Amino acid sequence: MHELSVTESLLALALKHAAAHQAVRITALHIVVGEMASIVDDSVQFYWDFISRGTIAEGARLHFHRLPARMTCLDCRTEFSPSEDLACPRCGGIRLKLCQGDEFYLEALEAETPESAPS
Amino acid sequence: MPNTIPVYEDIFNANDQAAARNRARLDAAGVFALNLMASPGAGKTSLIERTLAALGKRYRIAVIDGDIAPLDVERAAAAGAHAVQINTGGNCHLDAPMLHAALQELPLDSFDLLIVENVGNLICPAEFALGTHCSVLVASIPEGDDKPYKYPAMYRGVDALVLNKIDLLPYIPFRLEYFQRGVQALNPGLHTFPLSCQSGEGLERWLEWLETHITAPKCP
Repeated sequence: MHELSVTESLLALALKHAAAHQAVRITALHIVVGEMASIVDDSVQFYWDFISRGTIAEGARLHFHRLPARMTCLDCRTEFSPSEDLACPRCGGIRLKLCQGDEFYLEALEAETPESAPS
Repeated sequence: MPNTIPVYEDIFNANDQAAARNRARLDAAGVFALNLMASPGAGKTSLIERTLAALGKRYRIAVIDGDIAPLDVERAAAAGAHAVQINTGGNCHLDAPMLHAALQELPLDSFDLLIVENVGNLICPAEFALGTHCSVLVASIPEGDDKPYKYPAMYRGVDALVLNKIDLLPYIPFRLEYFQRGVQALNPGLHTFPLSCQSGEGLERWLEWLETHITAPKCP
């Protein structure tokens, strides 16, 4: 539901890093999204197509790389993929810590920069 | 051929930086701030009213309300708070820049406690730090005992949990143990306050906890 503001942040971030490299055009974004991050890819893409219009990122492709959730049991240190009942599969412990799955970051841009443009 | 530019920057970074600025302002003014989150109807505003009634004489309390209609801000004002509304225009959450704008409208130096009432929603507010000292989730018996399992991000990110409407336990099937198990799995050791804003049962422990934080603004 909050994908519009998230997509605005994504665009601002991409434009900032593109400017730092004097990029003239952004062609793709690589985004890492954890399974537990409440982000809907299609919804981000939907807003992206609107808000990137008229910027150097217009038409850029969004690539989403999903990371599965991983939890660590605080009692026996076992790392596992959580199931619905939220308990350690080894000792049944329920004091858990999410160690992967809430990521949401921009990993890289593909962009045309002065060095990459044909002279 | 396009170049690859490595970035590795969190997409919430801009919000997090704004949140850090909000925190610095709150700390400079010496005001302890709470981010109160819940689903619609869980009892955020009732908890604020109860809190104002109990602590309003001893502490100077301000309320910032994120909502589309001014109903809640009117209730907070009627209960004696200095209340400001952030009109979210239908947005599903508050973010740090919105809170920053609202903080400008408050003489922060003249308050001890600021309660930020977030938009009623169990998904989006969990993703946006505001810069408050503590995040508190208000859950309630009629919502059902499966909510920690359905909204793990919300339950994982809070510093305290109020379980409201316990006066309804005799009438509604709610497995307290099952609920608590989910809560402790996601947030081991979370402070939990079962209470009823209707009957007043259990409020004392919540008020004690809050008072400790007002006088020593630091979160567990």
